[in-house]
Amino acid sequence: MKELKLMKGNEALAEAAIRAGSDAYFGYPITPQSEVIEYLMAHNPYERTGMVVLQAESEVASINMVYGAAGCGKRVLTTSSSPGISLMQEGISYIAGAELPCVVANVVRGGPGLGTIQPSQSDYFQAVKGGGHGDYKLITLAPATVQETVDYVKLAFELAFKYRNPVMILTDGIIGQMMEKVELFEQQPRLTEQFDWATKGKVSGKDHVIITSLQLQSEEQEKVNLRLQAKYREVEKNEVRYVTHHCDEEIDYMIVAFGSCARIAQKAMEEARKQGIKIGLFRPQSLYPYPYDAINKMAGKLKGILTVEMNAGQMLEDVKLAVNGKTKVEFYGRFGGMIPSPNEILNAIKTKLIGEK
Amino acid sequence: MSELIKPENLVYQKSKVLTDKVMHYCPGCGHGAAHKMLAEAIDELGIQNETIGVAPVGCSVLAYYYFDLDMTEAAHGRATAVATGIKRVMPDKYVFTYQGDGDLAAIGTGETIHTCNRGENILIVFINNGIYGMTGGQMAPTTLEGMKSSTSPFGRDIKTMGNPLKLTEIVAQLKGTYYVTRQSVHTPGNARRTKRVLKKALEYQKLNKGTCFVEIVSNCPSNWKMSPVEANKWMEENMFPFYPLGDIKVPEQ
Ligand SMILES: Cc1ncc(C[n+]2csc(CCOP(=O)(O)OP(=O)(O)O)c2C)c(N)n1
Ligand code: SF4
Repeated sequence: MKELKLMKGNEALAEAAIRAGSDAYFGYPITPQSEVIEYLMAHNPYERTGMVVLQAESEVASINMVYGAAGCGKRVLTTSSSPGISLMQEGISYIAGAELPCVVANVVRGGPGLGTIQPSQSDYFQAVKGGGHGDYKLITLAPATVQETVDYVKLAFELAFKYRNPVMILTDGIIGQMMEKVELFEQQPRLTEQFDWATKGKVSGKDHVIITSLQLQSEEQEKVNLRLQAKYREVEKNEVRYVTHHCDEEIDYMIVAFGSCARIAQKAMEEARKQGIKIGLFRPQSLYPYPYDAINKMAGKLKGILTVEMNAGQMLEDVKLAVNGKTKVEFYGRFGGMIPSPNEILNAIKTKLIGEK
Repeated sequence: MSELIKPENLVYQKSKVLTDKVMHYCPGCGHGAAHKMLAEAIDELGIQNETIGVAPVGCSVLAYYYFDLDMTEAAHGRATAVATGIKRVMPDKYVFTYQGDGDLAAIGTGETIHTCNRGENILIVFINNGIYGMTGGQMAPTTLEGMKSSTSPFGRDIKTMGNPLKLTEIVAQLKGTYYVTRQSVHTPGNARRTKRVLKKALEYQKLNKGTCFVEIVSNCPSNWKMSPVEANKWMEENMFPFYPLGDIKVPEQ
């Protein structure tokens, strides 16, 4: 049954994980996402659906538990925040290399180092450009609302199994901590399918199943890489997601922003439009694959683009790649846990894009 | 000859839990015998189709080619976490890890202790050869005092390099472990005892009473720079006094 509720982002994520028919969650507490495991522990998923929840001794252990369980063909997820996600990188690389499905949510906080527990978007590079070692990609979804967080948990599992690839939900301390109205989707059944590729005990008459990312022969390892690259091209063809505001109207300028930052940017855009500035907002929902083509198409008709992020300009590089010199690209960002205000963004529109003094 | 090759004359057969792949282990290395004992234990219990194994990073990284079992290859040191993930979603399967001393007692110490402390119902097979075999004979946490390795070329100096670690004795103290023992596979008698021990440990898994931990004190002729015979003699004279064979924790009757 669908349900309308007022929920905190992290708790909604946890409830969505149960409802998505997850088989297991492995995690380790860290602010600002500890509510995920707290909610799971308090809401008896094992009694409700048979979902296993385990607090591991570290993020290194959690991601390797995810690896083991994902190799059994189960729906498995973990969540953490920046320092914890850094610790998981080796495991994520193994999961990508062994081509296993799983969902990892990063409720980003400011860095580097122990940084701050306040929200940030400074793990963009880590999420979309690799993170761990080797040539691999994480399908990366960036929700801007608690509702999208919930919907993306379900979508993330669908994509993870469709492509047998880890999927990252890149959210932040704002969305994780704020309360919003959400419509929760109906309880999905847990998987009953026995996948050929999964470890489940050798099936008589069939080859034994091996989950590994190791190929000692370079020729073989190159083949693995070519297979991965072919898969990523498919992902890039099929899974680009974004929303636009006023971008199909006559506009001179456009803001590009993702996640919670896009909501603040939207306020700034509305204010700018009230003041007669012809401006729209482009919000990528998938950060990998990135909507390069859509932004490139827009760029030709624009006098300028302002990228707004809660970091020192990471997605900015992808916006520039997309624009490819067709128009000027400016940047406004706050970092270290600071959140830009709509007024600051409005000011950046005027000074950086329009060139007012 | 041909009249001799008859089923009724069969005295020994390779376990069907081992594949036909030629093992890459050096001559005289204990890994081969340890694999064989584990495979035979699984075979004799008739649980080949219900067993999932986890291979480590180390010389036995390719164990998944040799066991005809569904297997996962874990990152260096993380085998027991991987096995935890498997066992938690497949509680009816027999799950084991097979790990070297670098894997289990250095980089994976945290996972080893916490897995044992949670009492995960898995079997941990721990191959202690006192050295890092795969990477060319560097010092392991288990390297004996004074023992030479490529990173302790003048012998392990306790003052600067720390003491050899007896992780098996440590996990035996944890409530989560059910059965903890130390064996070897360097003689037919020891190998047979190890097989009995492995069978018992796998049978215990059905009871859901906690972690079974089987250390096998082994050798590394290549990196000890000895012949197989010398290596086994050296192991008896030097490894066994420090790592004595026998049960360390047995189930309470
Ligand atoms: C994260 C990481 N660090 C280091 C290595 C390199 N490495 C591979 S095997 C190994 C040691 C293996 O020794 P041991 O576990 O004792 O097994 P053996 O080879 O002796 O059987 C090391 C350090 C690695 N693969 N991954
Ligand atoms: S290097 Fe040592 S542990 Fe590795 S296979 Fe050779 S003898 Fe065995």
